[in-house]
Amino acid sequence: MEKFQTLQSGVVPLPIENVDTDQIIPARFLKATTREGFGANLFADWRYAAGGQPKTDFVLNDPRYQGHQILLAGKNFGCGSSREHAAWALYDAGFRVVISSYFADIFRGNALNTGLLPLQVSDEVLQALFAAVAADPQLPLTVDLGAQTLTVPGRTEAISFELDAYKKECLLNGYDDIDFLISQEAAITAYEQQRSWIA
Amino acid sequence: MAKTLFDKIWDAHVVREVAGGLTVFYIDRHLIHEVTSPQAFDELTARGLTLRRPGQIVATADHNVPTRHQDQPIQDPLSRSQVDKLTENCAKFGVELYGLGHQYQGIVHVIGPELGITQPGLTMVCGDSHTSTHGAFGTIAFGIGTSQVTQVMASQCLLLDKPKRMRITLDGELRPGVSAKDLILHVISQLGTGGATGYFVEYAGSAIRALSMEGRMTVCNMSIEMGARGGLIAPDATTFSYLEGRRFAPQGDNWDRAVAYWQTLYSDEDAQFDAELQFDASAIQPMITYGTNPGMGIPLSASIPMLADAGEAASFDKSLRYMGFEAGESLLGKEINYVFIGSCTNSRIEDLRTVAAYVKGKRKAAHVEAIIVPGSKQVELQAIAEGIDQVLADAGFELREPGCSACLAMNDDKIPAGAYCVSTSNRNFEGRQGPGARTLLASPLVAAITAVEGRLVDITQYLN
Repeated sequence: MEKFQTLQSGVVPLPIENVDTDQIIPARFLKATTREGFGANLFADWRYAAGGQPKTDFVLNDPRYQGHQILLAGKNFGCGSSREHAAWALYDAGFRVVISSYFADIFRGNALNTGLLPLQVSDEVLQALFAAVAADPQLPLTVDLGAQTLTVPGRTEAISFELDAYKKECLLNGYDDIDFLISQEAAITAYEQQRSWIA
Repeated sequence: MAKTLFDKIWDAHVVREVAGGLTVFYIDRHLIHEVTSPQAFDELTARGLTLRRPGQIVATADHNVPTRHQDQPIQDPLSRSQVDKLTENCAKFGVELYGLGHQYQGIVHVIGPELGITQPGLTMVCGDSHTSTHGAFGTIAFGIGTSQVTQVMASQCLLLDKPKRMRITLDGELRPGVSAKDLILHVISQLGTGGATGYFVEYAGSAIRALSMEGRMTVCNMSIEMGARGGLIAPDATTFSYLEGRRFAPQGDNWDRAVAYWQTLYSDEDAQFDAELQFDASAIQPMITYGTNPGMGIPLSASIPMLADAGEAASFDKSLRYMGFEAGESLLGKEINYVFIGSCTNSRIEDLRTVAAYVKGKRKAAHVEAIIVPGSKQVELQAIAEGIDQVLADAGFELREPGCSACLAMNDDKIPAGAYCVSTSNRNFEGRQGPGARTLLASPLVAAITAVEGRLVDITQYLN
């Protein structure tokens, strides 16, 4: 997993609530057996017409937001299917941060395991961010994971956000849970030995 | 100290607690399928690791498989390659595979319970959000992403935050025509699609106790649709009688010991929950969804609500535009093009019996395509043994072979753009059943009546 420390980037605003992982990456694109290449089909049904032409009214096709690495989305982002492909698709398309007022549990975990930061803010801050980006589509936000702050131009105080201390260390250093779990081998074996009812 | 059912099972699976409040949590059973496992096997290989406990993994092919001609090679090359990859990986790593053609093949959440792999007190995971289904047995079961699939493969453990606990109590006798599906659609319509995020839900109350295991599975299956990490129900005589004699259920003395343990799995009387909700199950009516998430549900005879919260207007309007409906209108009389009966929510033998009992001697409406996809080979064989296949054929319904099918439309079973489908599945998301498809979630009985009438009706007028 790649490290994530700080990022300054423009935003792609998606003011829709309950964006489910079927929208992020429709099921028909899940037939691949590798992790790469899902970005091309990110939000495929919102982004492309049936014939494959880009839909000009969808934000990812709006030239003002090209190259922006922060997705700003309505509450309950990533609900539905557990497909980690949704996080892979966002990452593959260049996103490194998703800001929302809350995330579905499985998506949050998948994002963190992919190196994509799910950054949770209050409803009020989320609405303020949508308004600020509407006023200035190029508004650069600064995410500092070490300090756990989100800095918005024109806002005097940085917005602080919460993240589990262990997950923060993982992201900052590019570690993942497998290394940690493998290191618990002795404890796991001891546990199994006292669990006599496992076949 | 008084404990909830969830706490009892959770505590029994804590390997150790680590700094920061995380738990190394032991997983007893791991179910895998073709879509979310290939990258996990590759990752394992790339790191020079292997499966820690291959005997605790069971694999099947379900998401991607055709539901016709399963005896022949899969036509779609990408689907075939994914299913082949599962077969290769299972052979290479020594995992039991119930692949196409195997008598135990089927939807992963249908076969676990019917084979007795799912048992009270266990922890189970699968790279699929509907793993919550297994909670019907008093099991901590939840869906995970592919990175976590790799973690369980390598260590048989996950590193988890302990979820909060919610209890949803449903008391009262169900009205005629109301089933487990209506109960859970009602609950989700009240909580919304994210209302239980961060929680593990225990379902309790007389209405839950009165449900069959199939009904309980339907309820627990849809826990994820309100954002819950999972759902579970305390095991009881209904649970034990369902499990006894199943292929992988404990036998002989082990059975008695297991039942003695299972009988300790309930929430103590004064156990504390982080949230408690109560519903009068006797007031719940047959349900239908009108929008593009499972929280957008109403009684069939009610009207689509006017939006109360203006802050969500953009999402609400987008949803209704997609569905071709208007706020405030009734759905009764709407013409329906497709009926899909299947998925891990409602594809079990009881569901097929419900449909067959209603359609026997009737005929589907000419303009409706009615597809029934059994949840497993076992369900299919049972349906044939009971003559359900003939009843369905006489009514113009097509009984297919097992798989996830049009629930997520990864295979060829897709609903065309713009068409309306009453579906017994779990998700009405945009494009879920095919690009542009419009899904209305309902119970098997509502689906059967709709297929015959060809339009949405107040089903209470159609019951015997």
